[in-house]
Amino acid sequence: MATTITKPETLVGKRIRRREDPRLITGTATYVDDVKIPGMQYACIVRSPHAAAKIKGLNAKAALDHPGVAAVFTGADIKDLGPVPCGASLPGLRVPHHHLLAQDRVYFLGHPVAVVVATDRYIARDAADLVEVDYEPLDAVADPEKALAPGAPAVHPEWPDNIAFTYHQDGGDIAQAFREADVVVKQRITSQRLIPTAMETRGVVADWHSGDRALTLYTSTQIPHLLRTLVAGILGMRENHLRVIAPEVGGAFGSKLNVYAEEALMAHISMRLNKPVKWIESRRENFLCTIHGRGHVDYYELAAKRDGTMLGLKLKLIQDLGAYHQLLTPAIPTLSVIMMPGLYKCKSISADIVGVFTNAVPTDAYRGAGRPEATHGIERMVDILAAELKMDPAELRLKNFVQPAEFPYATATGLTYDSGNYAAPLQKALDQVEYRKLRQEQSNARAQGKLMGIGMSTYGELCAAGPSPALPVGGWEGATVKVEPTGKVTVLTGISPHGQGEETSFAQIVGDELGVDIDDVVVLHGDTTLVQYGIGTFGSRGLSVGGTALYFALQELKAKVKKFGAHMLASNDVTLSGGTCRDERSGKSVSFAEIATAAYRGIQLPPNTQPGLVATYFWEPPNFTFPFGAHMVVTEVDRETGAIDIRRYIAVDDCGNIINPLIVDGQVHGGVAQGLGQALWEEAVYDDNGQLLTGELTDYAIPKAHFMPFIESSHTTTPSPVNPLGVKGIGEAGTIGCSPAVVNSVVDALSTLGVRHIDMPLTPEKIWKLIQGGQA
Amino acid sequence: MIPQTFEYTSPATLQEALQLIAGGERKILAGGMSLIPMMKLRLALPEHVVDLSRVPGLNGISEAGSSVKIGAMTTHHGVESSPLIRAKCPLLAEAASQIGDIQVRNMGTIGGSVAHADPAADYPAALVALEARVHLVSAGGERTVAASDFFLEAFTTAIEPGEIVLDVEVPVEDKSEGYRYEKVPHPASGFAVVGVAVRVKKTGGKVTMARIGVTGMSSRAFRARAAEALLESGADVAKAAAAVGEGEEANADLYASSAYRRHLAQVYAARAIAAALSRAS
Repeated sequence: MATTITKPETLVGKRIRRREDPRLITGTATYVDDVKIPGMQYACIVRSPHAAAKIKGLNAKAALDHPGVAAVFTGADIKDLGPVPCGASLPGLRVPHHHLLAQDRVYFLGHPVAVVVATDRYIARDAADLVEVDYEPLDAVADPEKALAPGAPAVHPEWPDNIAFTYHQDGGDIAQAFREADVVVKQRITSQRLIPTAMETRGVVADWHSGDRALTLYTSTQIPHLLRTLVAGILGMRENHLRVIAPEVGGAFGSKLNVYAEEALMAHISMRLNKPVKWIESRRENFLCTIHGRGHVDYYELAAKRDGTMLGLKLKLIQDLGAYHQLLTPAIPTLSVIMMPGLYKCKSISADIVGVFTNAVPTDAYRGAGRPEATHGIERMVDILAAELKMDPAELRLKNFVQPAEFPYATATGLTYDSGNYAAPLQKALDQVEYRKLRQEQSNARAQGKLMGIGMSTYGELCAAGPSPALPVGGWEGATVKVEPTGKVTVLTGISPHGQGEETSFAQIVGDELGVDIDDVVVLHGDTTLVQYGIGTFGSRGLSVGGTALYFALQELKAKVKKFGAHMLASNDVTLSGGTCRDERSGKSVSFAEIATAAYRGIQLPPNTQPGLVATYFWEPPNFTFPFGAHMVVTEVDRETGAIDIRRYIAVDDCGNIINPLIVDGQVHGGVAQGLGQALWEEAVYDDNGQLLTGELTDYAIPKAHFMPFIESSHTTTPSPVNPLGVKGIGEAGTIGCSPAVVNSVVDALSTLGVRHIDMPLTPEKIWKLIQGGQA
Repeated sequence: MIPQTFEYTSPATLQEALQLIAGGERKILAGGMSLIPMMKLRLALPEHVVDLSRVPGLNGISEAGSSVKIGAMTTHHGVESSPLIRAKCPLLAEAASQIGDIQVRNMGTIGGSVAHADPAADYPAALVALEARVHLVSAGGERTVAASDFFLEAFTTAIEPGEIVLDVEVPVEDKSEGYRYEKVPHPASGFAVVGVAVRVKKTGGKVTMARIGVTGMSSRAFRARAAEALLESGADVAKAAAAVGEGEEANADLYASSAYRRHLAQVYAARAIAAALSRAS
């Protein structure tokens, strides 16, 4: 019999529609608020209307007397429970004790003071207004630079300087770099406070079963397993009596990479009342009490030779921390420091972080988490240097890129970049816009008095978080693949996808590796009782770490499948492909499903082989991955109004190999939308009393669909050597690459007026004033 | 996001509705696009809400002589898509099409909008430029108020206690008129940072009639009469537009200072006038 070798059609690399979408777009998915349990009570949280105040008294009698109210919990009830955890540690870090409810003082607007529990959410809300809290308002400070000034109100009286930590890092020889420099450019650059604004606010249902002393906690989180460990710690309960379920999570962007007071509070309340209890965060609470992102004031100095060679970069970074440390709060600015050289051979760096307490909700990880700030800084500084040297910004970048032959490349900040060809996406973007022609067009436009700008950013990313020693928690991930007796495949993944599409991309990998139909694969996640311990989804790690764990689990499983196949075919040399185990010499074969049935029937067991077909693999990544790319933005500024029109948006991203281009497109589009949000519209503004002036969606402008330009998205492909899939990560790239490209473009448009830098967001009035007054 | 407990009545006739609101503090619910969010935030705490959605005769558009009558409960989408309004008072359709987003336009009503009198609402600019009249009814009778006398202050109108907006009467625009509504939408709320509604007639190169309504700039929608007069006396567009907002105090918020708002009103007035002139025949 003639053998024809046909390469089976692969699923990896195909634009397969997300299998999770039908339930999401038809309203049949289950979110926390869809969880309904008989006897369930509803909680409403009484929150501070002041940013800083002493609590002189609290009277809950009227609330308790309100019909339908089951209980009111105050600071006194929970004072012995563990604090809200901070997972980050830095030398000398000051960690205020973060009680689940305020004790004798409130530290930020919205600080939880009491919880009212009632038979329905309407009664709970009405009764919350009946809790009388006697506040003595104190002076507040919400601006980090003002908080550092002598005589500023102390956020925490025990630390009157408001400094939570200082952190220094250097590499190379910064003093020599600045001595050798022909030119030094300096700039203050801010990355404003942002409100993550997931479409689904947070929510918790806690369900205590006193009989088996077990608590089930449904919560909208990115990290169900870590949350279980940490909430069990807060409550002092055995971890294995706590089950955490992250049902459908309607967006997170880092804001649910956390453990919040409400999660432990609801668990505690359910145990105290012996009843299920639900709390759903209102949008207003989401603005006030879910972590914010960014909050940087950065002072940069870049030293270079006259020919554009970058020598050294200094950074003084003031991080607005808010009133407390949430899970990763103080660690976020350290990510900015390690990524500060970007894609450039900048051999010397020096960075000093000052972490500052303010009377505001804590900042923490928000899409990009430290890297957008770093990228914004270096990409702005490169443009400022180009302007100073009168060099073309593309040419300056190309001159300083780490070169393809230099990988793995050790940075001055202690990282090892895995692989890259940094000129490739920039060159592609330049070709796409016909850069020379475009500059000519710009010069013609300028001659006609038009304000046309061309801006680019060439960003580097740190993804696939990451090697355990480099993270505050384990950085590995686990996967279990179970072949059921009928040959259907179930995957249990420790990542907890909430929009990243791994139910689809993981099924593609399984389909190719095992040769099964994609519809025969189910990917389960987000339940600590169902899934082996895992870390979660953040830092663009779902596919790059979780997918790699799956890949290795599949290799183990395949070995066992082949062992069964060989035994069944009485062969010692079989291949597995296209769902069939075959002995090429005899031509005999047995199907994957037949092997599965046999593995569970247990009659034809190969020697020294356990029944069943299950493999679990925990993969520890040896390094981060480092995606990169070039975004290019063409703008035109309305001279009369300062309004910005984005004429073209080009994104060339290199995220290594691509499993599903449709999902990657979605990540690029969503990421760019959030980057544009920061560049153009979004800013959390607190006034001098710590009141949030942008506390509603009517004031805080997130991008709407019709604000978006057409995104011309394409890729270059440089596989990562860090994992066998060759993938790098794409979840945050759009956000990171976007904002500096936009700002660089608008600064370029206004450069003829002498403008050198503009802080985000680029609101029309800000631009109009620059046009009126010239100098930035 | 849960309102305070309130009593809710949905009268089946206008008589019943008028009796209800004559009986004391009542908040009238039309499309609910402003009232309901305010109630959910507990910024509005009405004890009794009277919903007009079941009252017959309040919803509809009809031609009455030289004007078009728009029932108070007619949605913005109803106005925007009405062939009659598009043909007879296209400025109003153009303004309606720029209100909020499609969900708001499907629920929000013209009566609710004028009665609420948000200083950044779109309709009022068009209504003052169109010299529209607001038709009010109470248990004691009916009366009509000119749009430019109707909008008094932010969230304050000429409506007396016990009165309901019955309809808005808009004079038919002359076929030869040019018109334009230009707005700067707030990126978060979609409300007008400024909005300018313009109607012009011209004979030869000369402007014979100009009406300019401005919203968003100050505490109420107003007619820019100085600018109108300048245009009618032959001034060029830039000169007339520069007079927009004269004598008016400009609002300020996080998004736009009073100086910038005034400037925007003038820039957008110039653009709206130019566009209207190009449409005039």
